[in-house]
Amino acid sequence: MSTPDLTTHLIAPGLTEAEVLTFRRDFPILGETVGGHPLAYLDSAATSQKPRAVLDAERDFLERRNSAVHRGAHTLAAEATEEFEEARATVAAFVGADPGEIVWTSNATEGINLVAYALSNAAYGDGDPALAIAPGDELVVTELEHHANLIPWQQLARRTGAVLRHLPVDDEGALRLDLIGDVITDRTRVVAVSHVSNVIGIVNPIAELVAAAHAVGAIVVLDACQSAPHIPLDVRALDVDIAVFSGHKMLGPTGVGVLYGKRALLERLPPFLTGGSMITTVTLERAEFLPPPQRFEAGTQRVSQAIGLAAAVRYLDAIGMPRIAAHDRRLGRRLVEGLAAVSGVRVLGSATAERVGLAGFDLAGVHPHDLGQFLDDRGIAIRVGHHCAQPLHRRLGLTASSRASTALYTTDDEVERFLIAVADAAGFFGVRP
Amino acid sequence: MSTDDLRALYQEVILTHSREPDGRGIVDGWTGRAREVNPLCGDEIDLAVTVEGDVIRSITWEGHGCAISQASASLLTGLLEGATVSDARDRVERFRTALRSRGEIELDEEHFGDAVALGGVSRYVARVKCAMLAWVVLENALATS
Repeated sequence: MSTPDLTTHLIAPGLTEAEVLTFRRDFPILGETVGGHPLAYLDSAATSQKPRAVLDAERDFLERRNSAVHRGAHTLAAEATEEFEEARATVAAFVGADPGEIVWTSNATEGINLVAYALSNAAYGDGDPALAIAPGDELVVTELEHHANLIPWQQLARRTGAVLRHLPVDDEGALRLDLIGDVITDRTRVVAVSHVSNVIGIVNPIAELVAAAHAVGAIVVLDACQSAPHIPLDVRALDVDIAVFSGHKMLGPTGVGVLYGKRALLERLPPFLTGGSMITTVTLERAEFLPPPQRFEAGTQRVSQAIGLAAAVRYLDAIGMPRIAAHDRRLGRRLVEGLAAVSGVRVLGSATAERVGLAGFDLAGVHPHDLGQFLDDRGIAIRVGHHCAQPLHRRLGLTASSRASTALYTTDDEVERFLIAVADAAGFFGVRP
Repeated sequence: MSTDDLRALYQEVILTHSREPDGRGIVDGWTGRAREVNPLCGDEIDLAVTVEGDVIRSITWEGHGCAISQASASLLTGLLEGATVSDARDRVERFRTALRSRGEIELDEEHFGDAVALGGVSRYVARVKCAMLAWVVLENALATS
């Protein structure tokens, strides 16, 4: 199923083999060998590799302009502040937002916690009291969420007496949109959903969820960690109230994440972390807070990381997200088709639904950790385990699964090496008839 | 790592025990029991011991996980049934020391029998927990007995 936000890039051409090989030269780590084999890095959904442009941007800043931002009157402080704010504008443009709607966080997990804690803080008189969550209010997640988009809401429910509900998935892991009317009600205050599942790689059709949430006045929180690096992301077109993503999954550094919030919502939202840099006037008794985004950026910020992330965004933009999406989608299809042809493999998620370059699967009789070890013996890196999504695994009848994921630097050859190795693993562990 | 290394990790005795493990299915009448989960992968072992005097009469377990964790539980069952509690504790400690040695200390056949096959795991730091899981649960089960 395709969603409206995808139609713009369905016709974009993918990347040619020559282009991919050229891009790979920008990623020093891709030239590494593992146990004598060339590294085949198929774990970009866990963390992507970083191009020299990102490493150089951070180093250049640290070597030449490093200084505290939003304070100090010296030249370096002014330059650092300007570059930090330019990075914010670059990231804002990348997702179709205004710079004032972009808050730096440490990672997506912190972004979701920021919203969950800010909502409970609304009960104490900061921000708009109408945002406070009361006993009997309902918070809605889906059954396929990463723990990062589940546990903060569980905890918010515990703190406030709200009820946590979930939209179930079907046997293939697709959202049960037919149940939206049962799950989203007049009591719903928050609907938290992943744009792309980190386990099965399917692009969730969120338009109906957004419409249902807004019809009852609920806030939609989108976990865009697995979509931001792979498909064009337009937060206005999606009409979500909050979106979070991590820098390190989209060619950027670790330690920096992004929270987008509609300006009108951020202005009503009280702070989560408090301290320096987020205030106007402070007395011993109380403090006045700055407007967003600074209200949510207490303490010294991740300056070089934000600048590195802006360099990553420029790198992605130079290639073009529609073309990266086409490349990932083609490799994702090949992964699914190749895995489905291996005896004993169950590919997770519908084979026909819109998918990024990610395939989760189970090989009958071979535990994912053993498969991961076997592939590592050939220099192939994949993710194995529960991928921080235990409820979804339980629903799919699994404890753990294996996942191969691609990025703009992934070659067809790497995908074929992986597919051959999965077939060989079945023989090695003696499960092939 | 070459395929020889992979064979050294997944020796035939490990693959055989993982496919047809000994001691599976907890038998009633146990005197001590414990359960552990490896939070990284969700592997789980629930293990029960029957101790009479100071002798371990039976070790039975249930659980799921990778070939190494399952084979380790199976091999432990055959090795330590009939041992005294103090001997079992001593061998768990030696096993732990060898597995944490990054390949420096080998398991000796006199004390570990077929379980020496698990010694290869010590060179794979990420897998040591898989091999240790059942042994740690045994220690905990003995402590409750």
